[in-house]
Amino acid sequence: MPSQIMTSQPDAGGHFGTYGGRYVPEVLMSPLEELEHTYAEAKQDPSFHAELDYLLKNYAGRPTPLYYAKHLSDHLGGAKLYIKREDLLHTGAHKINNCLGQALLARRMGKKRIIAETGAGQHGVATATVCALFGMDCTVYMGEEDMRRQRLNVFRMRLLGAKVVPVTNGSRTLKDAISEAMRDWVTNVSDTHYLLGSALGAHPYPAMVRDFHRVIGLEAREQILQIEGRLPDAVFACVGGGSNAIGIFHPFIADSTVKLIGIEAGGRGTQLGEHAARFSGGSPGVLQGTRSYLLQDDDGQIALTHSVSAGLDYASVGPEHAWLHERGRAEYVSCSDANAVAAAVTLSRTEGIIPALESSHAVAEAIRLAPDRPNEIFIVNLSGRGDKDIDIYRENLQELDHEAGETA
Amino acid sequence: MIAYLTAGDPTPDATPGFVAALERGGADLIELGVPFSDPIADGPVIQQAGDRAIRAGTNLARVLAIAAEIRKTSEVPLLLFTYLNPALRYGFERLARDAKASGIDGCLLTDVSVEEAGDYVKAIRDAGLDTVFLAAPTSTEERLKLVAKYSSGFIYLVSRTGITGEQQTIADSAMPLVQRMRAHTNLPLAMGFGISTPQHVASLAGKVEAVVVGSAIVRQIEADSTKLEDFMRGLCTPILKKAAIF
Repeated sequence: MPSQIMTSQPDAGGHFGTYGGRYVPEVLMSPLEELEHTYAEAKQDPSFHAELDYLLKNYAGRPTPLYYAKHLSDHLGGAKLYIKREDLLHTGAHKINNCLGQALLARRMGKKRIIAETGAGQHGVATATVCALFGMDCTVYMGEEDMRRQRLNVFRMRLLGAKVVPVTNGSRTLKDAISEAMRDWVTNVSDTHYLLGSALGAHPYPAMVRDFHRVIGLEAREQILQIEGRLPDAVFACVGGGSNAIGIFHPFIADSTVKLIGIEAGGRGTQLGEHAARFSGGSPGVLQGTRSYLLQDDDGQIALTHSVSAGLDYASVGPEHAWLHERGRAEYVSCSDANAVAAAVTLSRTEGIIPALESSHAVAEAIRLAPDRPNEIFIVNLSGRGDKDIDIYRENLQELDHEAGETA
Repeated sequence: MIAYLTAGDPTPDATPGFVAALERGGADLIELGVPFSDPIADGPVIQQAGDRAIRAGTNLARVLAIAAEIRKTSEVPLLLFTYLNPALRYGFERLARDAKASGIDGCLLTDVSVEEAGDYVKAIRDAGLDTVFLAAPTSTEERLKLVAKYSSGFIYLVSRTGITGEQQTIADSAMPLVQRMRAHTNLPLAMGFGISTPQHVASLAGKVEAVVVGSAIVRQIEADSTKLEDFMRGLCTPILKKAAIF
C-alpha cells in the first residue's frame, strides 16, 4: 500500500498498520476521546494555529537555523553535514514545540492542572515552562535514577514552579515515570491534562505529538531546498520515544529518495537490559497504551533498559516508527554509549556545539557514514543542547578534569 | 463476594492454600491476578505484590498450573485478571485453550478497551470462557453499551476514577454508575476499586450482585496470611445472600 505510506496517517482508531491504537483502562477512554475531539476541532480553527505560530516564533524562537557544519564536514571529508538547530530553542530542546501545542489544548478543555513524565528532564522543563507561561499547576513525574542523572533539570523545573515527584518503582526511569503519570491521570481526570512528551501512548497522542513537531521537518525541507536547491540524501535523528525523529522525518516521507535513519541507544552491549535498541532486540507488544516494538522477556514482562542518555532509555518506541520500520521507509540503527560520547566531543571541538547526549547518538551515525558518501547531503536533527549532560560528560571524560588539574 | 489476590505472591506454592482460606471465609469467586511488570491500573499494594510474584518465578503458565491445582479440590469460579501484554505474548488461542483446561472460568484484561477487544473476545469465548470488561464513572452511554456487548459472566464496575487501593469511603460516583449500567445489561454487576472494609461491603449489599475486595486482601496476605480466612469472613459478614455469578 504505497499510498498509505506516502502520507502515514493513522486510521480512526489511531492505528498505523497494526501498531498504535488505544490500550488503556476504561477510566481513561473518555478523557482520550475528549482530547481527540478537542484536537480535531483546534486543527480546524485558524485562531488556534495563529496563537501557536505566534508562540513558536516569539516565545520559543522558531524557525531554527539549518546550519552547514563546514568544519565537521571538512574534517570527515565526505558528505556535507547540515545541522537542524533545535538545541537553540527556548528551554534547549525540541520538546517546547509539543508543550506549547498541548498547553493550548488544555486551556481549550478548561483543564488547569498539568501532569507530565520526563526522562532526561527536557520535556519536564518544557512542561514547567509552558505551565508558568499559562498559569497552570504543574506536576512532573521523574524516575529517581533520572533525577540523579539530570539534577540540573530537576532544579530548573522547581525554579519554574513545578512539583517534581520522584518515582521509585521498577527501573526508576522514563517507563516508570509514564506509569506513575498515568496513575495520576486515572485518579484526577476531571481537572487534569496529561501532557505526554513523546510520540507514544494511546491515540491521539502519537499523531498529535508528531503534528506539533512536524514543524522541524517542514522548516528543514524548505531550508535545504533554498540552500542546496535539492533534497538531502539522508536525515538522521535519535529515537527514544521518537518525537524529534518523527517530527523531522514526517515531511520527508513522500520524498522516496531521502533516507530516514533513526538511531536508538545501543548502550553498553547487545544483551537484554544493556541497551534500548527496540528494533534489533525487541518484538511487538503493548505497553502504556500503544502497540509497538518492545523490549520484553518470554513472559511478556517489560525488560529493563540502559542508556547513558536518560531520554533514550525506554523499552518501547512510538508506534509510527514501528510502522515506518515495518514498511521499510525508515531504517533504525543503534549507537553505543561510548560512540555517542565520542561524537559529542567531535562536534564540540569542530563546531563549538555541545550536543545533548540523546542528539549525540544521531551525530555519531552521521559521522560514521559521512566519509564514504562524498557527494551526499546529510541533515542531522540536533534535538537538544548538552548543558544538562555536563555531569555525565564529566563522568565519561575524566581525563579532561585531570588535564585541567595539571595545568592549574 | 469476589476476592482478588496476586497469584504467586509471595510464592506460587502458597497461592492454592490462600484461595482455600478465602473460599472458607466466604469468597464466591476468586480473581487470580497474573503479575505484570508495569501495572498502570494498580496502586502500590498490588504493584509490590506483583513484583514479589515475578521475582518468585510467577508467569502466566505458572498461574494456570496454580488454577489446575486449585481445581483438584474446589469448584470456586476463577477469573484470570491481568494486563494485555502477558496474554499477547502467550497467544490468545493458546491462552483460551490452556485456561479452559486448567479450570479457569473467565478473563479480564484491564488495559484492553472494547475497541481493541475483537480478537481476544473471539478466542476466549470460542473456548467457552467468559470475558469480563470494566465500566467506569467516566464511561459515556455509548461506551457502556459496548462494555455490555463485549462482556459475559458479569460486568466489573470501577467505583471511582483512580487506581486499585483502599479508601476511607465509597465514592459518590459509584451508585449513579450502577443505575446507568443497568440500563444497558441484565448481566450481574460487581463493584470494585477502593472497597476494603465490612462497612463498605454493607453499604453496597443489595445494590450490586457482588463486590470485589483486592488490595485489602493482598495486604492481609503480606501482613499475616494465617488470619486470611478470618479476615475474609469479617468482610463477608454484611452479606446475607451469596452472590450468584458464573
